[in-house]
Amino acid sequence: MNRRSAQPILTWTEGPEADVPLSVRDLWVEYRAPRGAVKAVRGASFDLYKGETLSLTGESGSGKTTLALSLIRLLPRSANVRKGQIIYRRDGQEYDVLSLDAGDLRQFRWKECAMVFQSALNAFNPVLKIWDQMYDTVKAHDHSEREEVRRRALDLLRLVQLEPERVINAYPHELSGGMRQRVLLAMSLLLNPQVIILDEPTTALDILTQRTIIDLLRKLKEELGFSMVFISHDLSLAAELADRVATMYAGRVVEVGNVYEIFYRPKHPYTLGLIKAVPTVTGGFQELASISGSPPDLINLPTGCKFHPRCLYAMERCREEEPELIPATKGHLVACFCWEQVQADWDREWQQREPEAMEVAWPRS
Amino acid sequence: MAEKLIELDHIGRTFGQGKQKVRAVDNVSLTIKERDILCLVGESGCGKTTTGRIAAGLLRPSEGRVLFQGQDVWAMERKEFKRYRKAVQIVHQDPYASLNPTHTVYKILSAPLLRHNLVTNAREARLKCAQLLEIVDLTPPGDFLDKYPHQLSGGQRQRVSVARALTVNPSFIVADEAVSMIDVSIRASLLGMLSRLREQFGVTFLFITHDLALAKHFAWEHTIAVMYVGSMVEIAPTPQLIDEPLHPYTQALLVAIPEADPHLTRNKPRVSLRSMDVPSLLNLPSGCRFHPRCPRFVEGLCDQQAPDLVPVGDGRYVACHRVS
Ligand SMILES: Nc1ncnc2c1ncn2[C@@H]1O[C@H](COP(=O)(O)OP(=O)(O)O)[C@@H](O)[C@H]1O
Ligand SMILES: Nc1ncnc2c1ncn2[C@@H]1O[C@H](COP(=O)(O)OP(=O)(O)O)[C@@H](O)[C@H]1O
Ligand code: SF4
Ligand code: SF4
Ligand SMILES: [Mg+2]
Ligand SMILES: [Mg+2]
Repeated sequence: MNRRSAQPILTWTEGPEADVPLSVRDLWVEYRAPRGAVKAVRGASFDLYKGETLSLTGESGSGKTTLALSLIRLLPRSANVRKGQIIYRRDGQEYDVLSLDAGDLRQFRWKECAMVFQSALNAFNPVLKIWDQMYDTVKAHDHSEREEVRRRALDLLRLVQLEPERVINAYPHELSGGMRQRVLLAMSLLLNPQVIILDEPTTALDILTQRTIIDLLRKLKEELGFSMVFISHDLSLAAELADRVATMYAGRVVEVGNVYEIFYRPKHPYTLGLIKAVPTVTGGFQELASISGSPPDLINLPTGCKFHPRCLYAMERCREEEPELIPATKGHLVACFCWEQVQADWDREWQQREPEAMEVAWPRS
Repeated sequence: MAEKLIELDHIGRTFGQGKQKVRAVDNVSLTIKERDILCLVGESGCGKTTTGRIAAGLLRPSEGRVLFQGQDVWAMERKEFKRYRKAVQIVHQDPYASLNPTHTVYKILSAPLLRHNLVTNAREARLKCAQLLEIVDLTPPGDFLDKYPHQLSGGQRQRVSVARALTVNPSFIVADEAVSMIDVSIRASLLGMLSRLREQFGVTFLFITHDLALAKHFAWEHTIAVMYVGSMVEIAPTPQLIDEPLHPYTQALLVAIPEADPHLTRNKPRVSLRSMDVPSLLNLPSGCRFHPRCPRFVEGLCDQQAPDLVPVGDGRYVACHRVS
C-alpha cells in the first residue's frame, strides 16, 4: 500500500500513534433518497486502540452500519462521503483509507481490516462449498500455497469450535445460523487482519448460540491479538465485551470512554437515558425511564445539538450550537455542553441511593 | 381469589402435511387469572405467536381445549363465541403493518366503535376517540385525531394500535412482541402505559416476548412461562423464576443472557451445553426436546420419554425428569 502523504493526524491517545491502528475524524456520509439527503453519519470521530474491543452502540438508525461500511469503503452507490478522514496505521506507516486505489483497497479489505455482518447467509455464495469460498477469498488477496491455506482454514475452523473436516466440505445451507456465523468469523481471520469489524454479529441468533459466539470472540481475541470494533444496538453486548464504548446519536459519536465509566458514570444525557431505559434480567427489579420524544428524522434534523428536543438538560445554547466531542476526564470524551452537570446529578443520585455501591462499582483511584 | 379468565388445556398445533409437517406447539397448558399478567418467553420460532393466536381464538388448536371463563371456546354457541372474540384483542409487533396507512387516527379508532354500536353518532365517536387517545398518553388528542400513521413515530403508532384494541373494552389483551420494534429509549413508557391498563381497567395480559429482561420488568409481580421448541418447560412467579430457575433450559438461558451492566454480566457463572445445535421443528428430538443440549441429561430416560409439566409447589410448574 502507498504511504499516505497528508499531514499526521492528531490523536486523543497519550501514547505513540502507532498504538492506534484506526482513527476516524469528522466523517460525514449522506445517502441520496427521494425525500432528500439522509444524513446518516455526521462528523463521527473515534480512535481504535491496539488490541482493544471498542463497542459502537446506539439505537437503530443512529448510523452504526453506515460508519462501519465507510471504514472498508463498502458503501452503496447512493452514499456519498462528504468529508472526513479515515487513517489506518501499521508498522509505523499511515494510510489514508479514503484515497486508496482499487488495488490497495483489495489488500486493505480482509488482509488489514475484515468485516463480519449480521446476516451470515447473504455473505455466502450458495453454490460454493465452504472451502471454495475460503480459498477464493484468500486467492484474491494473497499468494499463499493452496495446501497452506487449507491448513490455516482447518485450524481456524477448529478454533471457532466447528468440526473442520465436515464443515469445510459443506454448503452454506447445510449449516445452522450459529455455525455460519462462526464460519464467517474463521473466514475473516484467514488473512490475519489487524482489525476486525463486527456488525451485529449475534443479532439473528438464539441466546444460547449468541453466548457461545461471545465467549468465542473473547477467546479468539486473546489468542490472536487483533483489534475489534463490535457494533450492536444492544447495550448488554457492549457491557459484556467492550474495553471501551462509543455511543452514537444521529450519526455522531457523542460519548466514548472505558466501559465501566460509560455504564457507571455516563456523562452524556443520551447515554445516561439509554442506561436508565434498559432492564437487566438478574439483579432485582429496577425502575426504568424512557427518554421523551423519539429519534430524529435524519433528513430534517433539529438545529444545534441533535439531542436537544429530547434532553432534560437542554439550554438556549444547545438549540443554536452543536457540541464537539472533547475530552472530559482522562480517556473519556463527550459531546455535551452540560456534562459536568450531568455527572454531578448522577453522582448525587447514586450517593443517595447506595453510597457504598458506587465505590464497589467504580473504584476511584 | 381471582377467577380463571383463560385456560389452555393440553393444546397442540400442527401446520402443513407429510414431510413439511411442523409441530409448532405441543401439549401446552397454562392458566391466566383475571387481572393477571402472564409473560410467555422463548426463542424466536418456539411457538409463542401460535400459542397467543390460539388463546385469542384466531387459530383453532389441533388438540386440546381453550377455556374462556370456564367455557370451551370451540364448543360455544355462535353468539357466545362472538362475545369471547370481542373480549380478546391482539396487539401485534409491527404497528406499521397493522394500521391502514390511508386512514386517519380518527377513522382507525371510530370504525370499530361504530361497527359494534358502541357510539351512536359522529360527535360521540370523536369524544370517545379522544378519551382513548388520552388513555394511551397521546395528548392533547386534538393533535393526533386527524393524523395519518406515517405522520406518527413508531412509538405513537403502537399507542394507536393499543387504543384501537381498547375500543371494544376487552378484558384480555394478547400483546405479541408489542414493544420489540420500538426504540429502546421509549419502551419503558409504553410498558408503563400497558401496566396502567391492567390497574385502571382490570385488563388481563398475555405478554409475549423473546426478551427475558423485558418480561421480568413487565411481570415482576406476576408470572413467566418459558417455552422451548414448541413445549412449555417452566412456569413460575417472576422473582422465583429469575432467582432460582428449576428447569435446565431456564437455568442455561439465564446465565447465557448478557446483561446491560458490566460487573453483573462479567461475573455470571457458566453452563456448558452438550451440543450447540438448535433442534428443528421438522425433526424434533425424541423424549425431552432439550435432551441433546441438556447438561443434566439421563440416558435411557430423557431421550425416551417426554416429561410432563407438573406442579412442584409455590405456584411453580416444571417439565423435567430431574425436578419433582
Ligand atoms: N442505502 C440507503 N439509502 C438511504 N438511506 C439509508 C441507506 N442505508 C441506511 N440508510 C439510512 O441511514 C440511517 C443510518 O442507518 P444505519 O447506518 O443502517 O444505522 P444503524 O446501523 O445504526 O441502524 C438510517 O436512517 C437509514 O434509514
Ligand atoms: N401458518 C403457519 N403455517 C406453517 N407454519 C407455521 C405457521 N405459523 C407458524 N408456523 C411455524 O410454527 C413455528 C412456531 O412459530 P411461531 O408461533 O410464530 O413462533 P414464535 O412466535 O415463538 O417465533 C415456526 O416454525 C413457524 O414457522
Ligand atoms: S449539548 Fe445540550 S441538548 Fe445536547 S446533550 Fe448536552 S445538554 Fe443536552
Ligand atoms: S428431562 Fe432430562 S433432558 Fe430434559 S431438561 Fe430434564 S434433565 Fe434435561
Ligand atoms: Mg445497523
Ligand atoms: Mg412470534
